[in-house]
Amino acid sequence: MRDVAIIATAQSKHVRAATRTNEVEMVQPIIQEVIDRSGIARHDFDFTCSGSSDYLAGQPFSFVMTLDAVGAWPPISESHVEMDGAWALYEAWVKIQTGHADTALVYSYGKSSPGDLPRVLSRMMDPYYEAPLWPTSVDVAALQARAAIEAGVTSEQAMADIAYRSRTSAANNPFAQLTSSADPSALLGEEYIADPLRKHDCAPITDGGVAIVLAAGDTARALHSRPAWIRGIDHRADGHHLNMRDLSVAPSVSIAAEKAGVANGPIEVAELHANFTHQEAILRAALGLGDDIEVNPSGGPLAANPMMAAGLLRIVEVANRIHAGDVSRGVAHATGGHALQHNLIAVLEGEG
Amino acid sequence: MAERVAVVGVGQTKYTAVRGDVSLPGLLREATFRALEDAQMTLADIDAVVVGKAPDFFEGIMVPEYSLVEALGGVGKPIFRVHTAGSVSGSTAIVASGLIESGVHERVLTIGWEMQSCSEAMWALSVSMPFQQQLVAGAGGYFAPYIRRYMDRSKAPDDTGVLVALKDRQNALLNPYAHLHEHDISYESVKESLMLWDPIRYSETCPSSDGAIAMILTNEAGGDAAMAEGRQPAWVHGTSFRSEPGWAAGRDEVSPQAGKDCAADVFRQAGITNPRQQIDVAEIYVPFSWYEPMWLENLGFAEVGTGWQMTHDGATSRDGDLPVNPSGGVLSTNPIGASGMIRFGEAALQVRGMAGDRQIDGARTALGHAYGGAAQFFAMWVVGAEKP
Repeated sequence: MRDVAIIATAQSKHVRAATRTNEVEMVQPIIQEVIDRSGIARHDFDFTCSGSSDYLAGQPFSFVMTLDAVGAWPPISESHVEMDGAWALYEAWVKIQTGHADTALVYSYGKSSPGDLPRVLSRMMDPYYEAPLWPTSVDVAALQARAAIEAGVTSEQAMADIAYRSRTSAANNPFAQLTSSADPSALLGEEYIADPLRKHDCAPITDGGVAIVLAAGDTARALHSRPAWIRGIDHRADGHHLNMRDLSVAPSVSIAAEKAGVANGPIEVAELHANFTHQEAILRAALGLGDDIEVNPSGGPLAANPMMAAGLLRIVEVANRIHAGDVSRGVAHATGGHALQHNLIAVLEGEG
Repeated sequence: MAERVAVVGVGQTKYTAVRGDVSLPGLLREATFRALEDAQMTLADIDAVVVGKAPDFFEGIMVPEYSLVEALGGVGKPIFRVHTAGSVSGSTAIVASGLIESGVHERVLTIGWEMQSCSEAMWALSVSMPFQQQLVAGAGGYFAPYIRRYMDRSKAPDDTGVLVALKDRQNALLNPYAHLHEHDISYESVKESLMLWDPIRYSETCPSSDGAIAMILTNEAGGDAAMAEGRQPAWVHGTSFRSEPGWAAGRDEVSPQAGKDCAADVFRQAGITNPRQQIDVAEIYVPFSWYEPMWLENLGFAEVGTGWQMTHDGATSRDGDLPVNPSGGVLSTNPIGASGMIRFGEAALQVRGMAGDRQIDGARTALGHAYGGAAQFFAMWVVGAEKP
C-alpha cells in the first residue's frame, strides 16, 4: 500500500442553523481554506470526492450544485458518496492506492436545520416493516441504550459523565456548537426524552462542513512538516433489522479495527462518532480502548454534529492533533445508519 | 497496486415498467444471484459490495443500502454507496474496479438499480435551482435545447433522431432483458409519435423502468481462474470519470469538455489512439435519440458536425463498423440508477462473447459510457477480451 497522509484540514464553525447560507455558500469558504492551507493549487488536485445527503437537502441531486464550491472548471476527476465524508476520504484513499492520483480534495457537509432531523432519519429504516412505524433516530438509539445498560456496557450515570466530559472538553474547541454542561448529578435529574435517553445523551442538531486534503508519499512530506499518515483504514457493516442484531455490541467496529491495525501500537487519542452517550461505551468496548485513553477531546459529536460530516470531522480532529505534534498515534471512527450499523476506522500516525 | 481487473459475472433482471412481483431486496437478489451464477461464486466469496442508484427520493428510502445489507450478504463486510447523478452506476462500477485495482479487495460485487415505478421520475428530475425558474419539464425538457443547438450547428437532417430510435428499439428485440419490445415499430411510427419536447418525440425518449444489474469483479488471479475453466472474462483496460459545473461561462453544453477529457483519459489508459478503428462495439448512454450523434462526436468517433452521418450511413447499426447500443440502449431500458452499469455490463458481455442474440461478431474491445446531470458528469470504461 502507498503511504497516504492528511496534509490539511478545515471545518466550519458548527451552528444549530446556518439560516443565511445555502449548502454551497456554507461549504465554499471551508474548501477555499483547505486548498489554501494545502499548498496545492485549486486546479492541481488529481481527485475530488465528497459526501452529503439528498434527504437532508430535501432535493434530489443536491450535491450537483456543490460542485460550484469546488470550481470544477476546467473539468475534474470527481465522485460523490451518499454517506458521511469519511467514506469520501476512503474512496479518495483507494483512488490514490490505484496510482491514478497522488493528491485528493475531500469534503462533506450537512444542513439538518431545515427539517425535523429525527423524523427524516426514520426514512433510513427498512421500508417494509420498520419505516412505516416512523421510528425516529432517538427512538432507535433509546432501544440500543436500553440494551447496552442491560448488558452492563454502560449506565445512566456513566452516560451523564460522558455528556459532561464531552461538552466541557468542547470549551477548548472554537468550532464546537455546545461548549458547556451542567454537572452529571444535575443532568440525571432531567426528564427522559426517550427512556433511558435524556436530552444530554443526544448529539445536537447542527449545520456545518469539513474538508481534508490527502497526498501520497513524498508529495505529502514536501507539503507538510508533520503529515498525519493513514496507517490503516477499513469499514464494515452490521445487519440492519433491529430484531436481528444484538444492539449492545458493534461487531463491525471490531472487524474494521482489526483490519485497520488499531492494536498494532499504542493509542494516544480516539475521536469516536458516537451520536449518543451510550454509543461511546459500545465503541470503547468494540475497540478495546482502556479507560486511560482520551476520547473526543474536541467534544465529539455531542458538541457538534454536522450530519454527513461528523465522521470525517473525527478524522480531522485526530489529524489536527498529529499535525500539532500533540500526539503520535490516534484512531478515528465514523458511523452511518442507525445504532452504529456501518463503521469506519482509521489509524493515523505522525513521524518523529 | 495497479492490479488487473476482470469482470467474471454479469446478472440482469428483466427490465419492465413495474416489477410489482418482487420487493426491492428481491429485485437486487435476482440480479446478484445471476451474476454469482455466471461467476461460479456464492455470496460468501464476496469481499465487498459497492452499490449505486439515482436519488433516494425515487423510491422514498433514505440510504437504502443499509436496509439491504442482509439481503446482499453484506453483514461484516464493507458496503459502499456511490451517488453521481445519471452516470451513477457507471461511476459505481469504476469505484468497485478501483477496490481491486488498488489491491484492497479481490472479489467485489457491484450493483446498480432503480424501481422507478415507486415515483414519478419526471418530477424528481425537474430540479429546483437557486435563482432560476424551475423548468418542471423533466430531463427531456432540459436536454431539448441542447439538441436543438446541435441540429443548428451540424445541419443534421431532421430525421436523424428517428433513425437512432428505430435502430435501438429494433436492437432491443434481440435482448430478452430489454424493457421495450416493440415488434411493430417502423420509421413512420417513430416519426408520427407525439412530439413531447420539440425536437424529441415520444418514441425518441427513454422509458421509465424497474430493474437491477449486478457484476462480479475480480483480480487477475480470479480472471485467470475463470479463463482456465473456459469462462472468458472481460478485462478492464481503462476507467475514468470527469465532472464539470452545470453552468460555467464558455461551457459547451452540446459537447462538454468533461466528456472529451474523460474519453481522452480512458482511451489513453486502454492504448486506443483511433477509437473508430480500435473499438469494436460501444454501449453509449443515449436517453434521447439525438444523443447518439452528439456523443459520437464528443467521444471522438466522428469529426465535429459529422456524427449524424454515421447514423445515416448505418455505421452504428448491428452490421456497421461501430455498432452502438446493440442491447437496445437507454432508449429501450431505463432504470436510471442502473442504466450506466447496464452500458458497462453489456460492453463486458460483448467482449466475453456472452451477449446472446445481440452478440456482435468479433467484439474484442468495447466501450461502456454513462453521463448525468446537465450533461456534466461522465463515467467510462474500456473492456477487452485480451488481458491489458
